[in-house]
Amino acid sequence: MNRVFLVGDNIDTDQLAPGQYMRGGIEELARHSLEAVRPDFASSVRPGDVLVGGENFGIGSSREQAAEALRHLGVACVIAQSFAGIFYRNAINLGLPVLVGKDLSHVEDGDPCRFDIDAGELALTAKNTTLRLEPLPENLKQMLSDGGLVPHLKKRFAAKRKDEARQ
Amino acid sequence: MAATLAQKIIARASRRVSVRPGEIVTAGIDLAMIHDSGGPRRVEPILKDLGVGLFDAGKVVLISDHFVPGDTDEGARILELTRAWAKERKVAFHDGQGICHVVLPEKGHLKPGMFVVGGDSHSPTGGAFGTYMFGIGATEMAGVLATGEIWLRVPETILIEWQNRLGTGVVAKDMMLALCGRLGMGGGKYEAVEYTGEAVRALSMQERMTMSNMAAELGAQAGLIAPDRTTADWLAAHNGDAGDWQSLFTDPDAAVLEHHVFDAATLEPQVAAPHSPANAMAAKDAPATAIDVAYIGACTGAKYDDLAAAAAILRGQKLAAGVEMMVAPSSRDDQKRAEDEGLMKVFEDIGARILPNACGICAGYGTDRLGEDVTCISSTARNFQGRMGANSSKVWLGSPLTVAASAIEGRVADPRHHLPSEARA
Repeated sequence: MNRVFLVGDNIDTDQLAPGQYMRGGIEELARHSLEAVRPDFASSVRPGDVLVGGENFGIGSSREQAAEALRHLGVACVIAQSFAGIFYRNAINLGLPVLVGKDLSHVEDGDPCRFDIDAGELALTAKNTTLRLEPLPENLKQMLSDGGLVPHLKKRFAAKRKDEARQ
Repeated sequence: MAATLAQKIIARASRRVSVRPGEIVTAGIDLAMIHDSGGPRRVEPILKDLGVGLFDAGKVVLISDHFVPGDTDEGARILELTRAWAKERKVAFHDGQGICHVVLPEKGHLKPGMFVVGGDSHSPTGGAFGTYMFGIGATEMAGVLATGEIWLRVPETILIEWQNRLGTGVVAKDMMLALCGRLGMGGGKYEAVEYTGEAVRALSMQERMTMSNMAAELGAQAGLIAPDRTTADWLAAHNGDAGDWQSLFTDPDAAVLEHHVFDAATLEPQVAAPHSPANAMAAKDAPATAIDVAYIGACTGAKYDDLAAAAAILRGQKLAAGVEMMVAPSSRDDQKRAEDEGLMKVFEDIGARILPNACGICAGYGTDRLGEDVTCISSTARNFQGRMGANSSKVWLGSPLTVAASAIEGRVADPRHHLPSEARA
């Protein structure tokens, strides 16, 4: 059973990927993700869990380890009322779904949940409530379904080479 | 059709006659800037994986600044790798010359109307030159280096107009902290912010750079200032070329998302309390706060103009008992000029430790870091918890003048009481 981890507004990239653990690689960095605001997060989050934030999730640095750490921990998606632009782009590029949900007032920490990216929904299973999330633009949906920017580009380059070979 | 400055630049870069806010377009890259932290060590493995080279080595600039001076084993290794890559890939490389956001324009790489990405969140600095520039992560940068293009959602423009002139002892950093306080760190909504008004036009290029840089703290994608004679003259003096800048402005009848008006004349020196630039208040209203460290550094706080302002306050003064001061000039050129004019001697005389021309403590990557429970006042852009050192350390933000005045008083202080007499007159 997957659960919601609830955090507040203005979660910043230094909280997601603290600079002092930057040298240790993603493994170590992920162990310290969010420890300044939620010391229990990294040790208790399990693959498939969902992180729900408030306004302006991911403000700050361009360090993509902020998104990479969450992906490394197996977070299925981040849902927030709004995202900081660079974090949002980084997350999609790394294949971590990020979705905007305008009304998250019913979400409580620890809520059992099921996330469906195709439907763009978060089901709070114990509450019989389903939250509709804002749909992603087509280009980003494609990027996520390819697994992120690198696999997406590989696909594109492979198609181009095939085209050139054919001519 | 009436267009904003942002729309004009994006339309050209995406080879369109015009673009509408909200459209997703693919833009061609005029220049890509990378640094030692998010650059070669992270993009090269992806380029290898993709099996492609650089889209155009002539449009890539590499600058080392985050791990300079290489005072850890890891840092030294990263710098070596950075140097080797610059040679192998034959890109323009500025090694240990200073912080990327300052060095890039200083070496003449930016031009009004260009569409540029940087591998660092403070890349909106380029907006000071009428360049549409924004920060991206390393994976996305690898994609840019491989393809020479990037997607973006055409932004709305948020006009921020500063009427009248700044008072004595009030500078661009104060304008930006006030904006962070008023609009919040999400106030820029990842749209294009454009600064206008008499006070902005009166700013030097380095002060404009501080404004554009901290568009990142407003959460904007870009922080633009329409190029003018000041821009053209500055670029001409820095091996640059303003090109055809006259058409690069927001048409008076162009639609904007928001238009905020502020009065520069009534603005007072600002500070931001830990741990957010949005915790801004007038320095005179700050609660009594003793400081341990005064730091003049970073892309928004240690350029030549910043050093000159701080030195004017520190000349002939003494640091308060127990206060440690550090100064990390933003670039070698700026430090050289400050040396020639006797400004660096002011910092040395007062007992400040001079750090290398690099990101220094602001990035928190080297051996110089804030210890447990240390309270620092800093001219940097960002005061997130744990960024500059221990999680228990606390960083107040202020202008270089405010940091200097606080170093003398030993507590968060209003710089106006410390202005040299000729400035006060």
